[in-house]
Amino acid sequence: MFLDSHQQGGVVTLRVSGRWLIENLASIETELTALDGARAQSLVIDTTALEEIDLSGAWALFDRVRRFEQSGLKAQWQGRAPDQIRFIEHSLSGTKRPISTPDEGLDLAEPVRSLGRWTLTQAASARTSLAFFGRICSVLGSALMSPRRLRLPALVRHVIETGVHAIPIVSLIAFLISVIIAYMGANELRRFGAEIFVVDLVTIGVLRELGVLLTAIIVAGRSGSAFAAEIGVMKLNEEVDALQAIGTNPVEVLVMPRLLGLVIALPLLTVIADAVGLVGGGVLCYYLVDISPAQYLSRVQESIAPTTFWVGIIKAPVFAFLIAYIGTLRGMQVRESSRELGRLTTVAVVQSIFLVILADALFAVLFLELDI
Amino acid sequence: MSRTVIEVRGIVNRFGMQVVHNGLDMEVFEGEVFGIVGGSGSGKSVLLRTILGLQRPAAGTVKLYGRDITTLSEQELRAVKRGYGVTFQHGALFSSLTVRQNIQLPMAEFFQLDAATLDGLAALKIAMVGLPAEALDKYPAQLSGGMIKRVALARALALDPKLMFLDEPTAGLDPIAAAGFDELLLDLKHNLELTVVMVTHDLDTIFRTCNRVGVIVERRMTVDTVEGILSNPHPWIREYFHGPRARAVPQPGAPDHGA
Repeated sequence: MFLDSHQQGGVVTLRVSGRWLIENLASIETELTALDGARAQSLVIDTTALEEIDLSGAWALFDRVRRFEQSGLKAQWQGRAPDQIRFIEHSLSGTKRPISTPDEGLDLAEPVRSLGRWTLTQAASARTSLAFFGRICSVLGSALMSPRRLRLPALVRHVIETGVHAIPIVSLIAFLISVIIAYMGANELRRFGAEIFVVDLVTIGVLRELGVLLTAIIVAGRSGSAFAAEIGVMKLNEEVDALQAIGTNPVEVLVMPRLLGLVIALPLLTVIADAVGLVGGGVLCYYLVDISPAQYLSRVQESIAPTTFWVGIIKAPVFAFLIAYIGTLRGMQVRESSRELGRLTTVAVVQSIFLVILADALFAVLFLELDI
Repeated sequence: MSRTVIEVRGIVNRFGMQVVHNGLDMEVFEGEVFGIVGGSGSGKSVLLRTILGLQRPAAGTVKLYGRDITTLSEQELRAVKRGYGVTFQHGALFSSLTVRQNIQLPMAEFFQLDAATLDGLAALKIAMVGLPAEALDKYPAQLSGGMIKRVALARALALDPKLMFLDEPTAGLDPIAAAGFDELLLDLKHNLELTVVMVTHDLDTIFRTCNRVGVIVERRMTVDTVEGILSNPHPWIREYFHGPRARAVPQPGAPDHGA
């Protein structure tokens, strides 16, 4: 009980008591709200029974008294008005009470407006992406003129981080996937007595499509997110501004080594994934379909066309470029807040995986048309 | 002499082989502004973290209002943390929240308050630190350095603490903004009956606001009034307060508490 009110004629007396502290503020507010609708000419606030009051408690009292005064009541203190009240009055004088009234009612134009805003945002985003692509090309051009600007040490570091460190996970995934394909294929093909074609299935599937595609998706998750987060944190720390102020080009220092590093690393990873995938298929064929390793190898050689391996591997640098491009671009777009960093890192991963799969589809159509 | 708010006895802090504090003692009394001074790497921030209960010392006791916080459980420490406000050197405002949400966060975290009350309190706190109400809807990235320090102060005052810790409150501010912050601090200290502990390098702020100063030298603390510390014979302390950058000789009668 923090409040006791009784009315005598036109005078309402508020007896304030107990400890008006922020921990009690919720119940104090409830009791104060119960006063709404009281009709009187004047108000007496009795603070003689008040034990303790802090600034938040004083604000609650002040706010209520002010509302009474605004509705035309005369307020009067009995006992000492808390010191904080004077301080609150002093602080708030000169500041208008911020009134936040959200627009009520249905706004029919709003969907159109938001569509317009969305379109503009998308257009601006497309423009930035294109400009970023242009900057990469121009830096790449000048780097080819003077190889020193390729920044070899940084490039090697990124090849190691995105390539060498990814070998275990990429190998494991490639092995498991080819085992799964061989297993499923063997079950189906056995019904036709054509188990030997499991080898063709694994070889062509892994070399043409799955080796490179799965490797790219793993790398997008691993390195695309790392690129976006690393560059994003540097943006937040104003390190990118510092680089620019020193007179270096952030695209040259931050983007190029990552991009070229990944373009080198991803094809190499794909070769490893292809090899491990073939080994996985061979292991399964040996145990499940009784194809000896020698038989398996010769069948592999028969099944592949001269182009099979290259059709897969040629896609790797393109995928690498897409992953690094999206990752560094999103990192560069981080501004202002940590939430932005998280959002753009997610966007980087999702978009780069999407683009990798889209590019793979385009390659499939292209190779079909070229008949290879 | 007024009540002792903070009592630090025989604090030892070490990181690996490096001893930062070795038997450091310190006391802060109710209603004073206590400045902590020391060279870079002398462990000012470590001391502050120790007093805040963010770091347990290797030895010694830290008493806040008579309770030894070095032996408290997480749960009990949470209650102690409710009782003080802290501002960090770079503001440490939550960058994804508006100023209003930053100020309301501690209130909403500890108490079940309705939106109108929270908004009213946020408006009061922002006015208290001398910022216009428009600032409430801005994000930290849209604020100037001086405004960030003031918003950090408003957030630290959200739960009406009686004890405030300020880590380099005027670092990075221009002299006018820094002086403005000093006055604000004295005004709030007077009106809200605060006890303030601040880590600072700003001699102007020390002379203007502090009642007593503790200097960390040789892993211990030398505590004295501002006048007393100026005549301390220790070479490092002399160098600090009388060196080439210490042009601000305190005027007689300082510190002035604006009251």
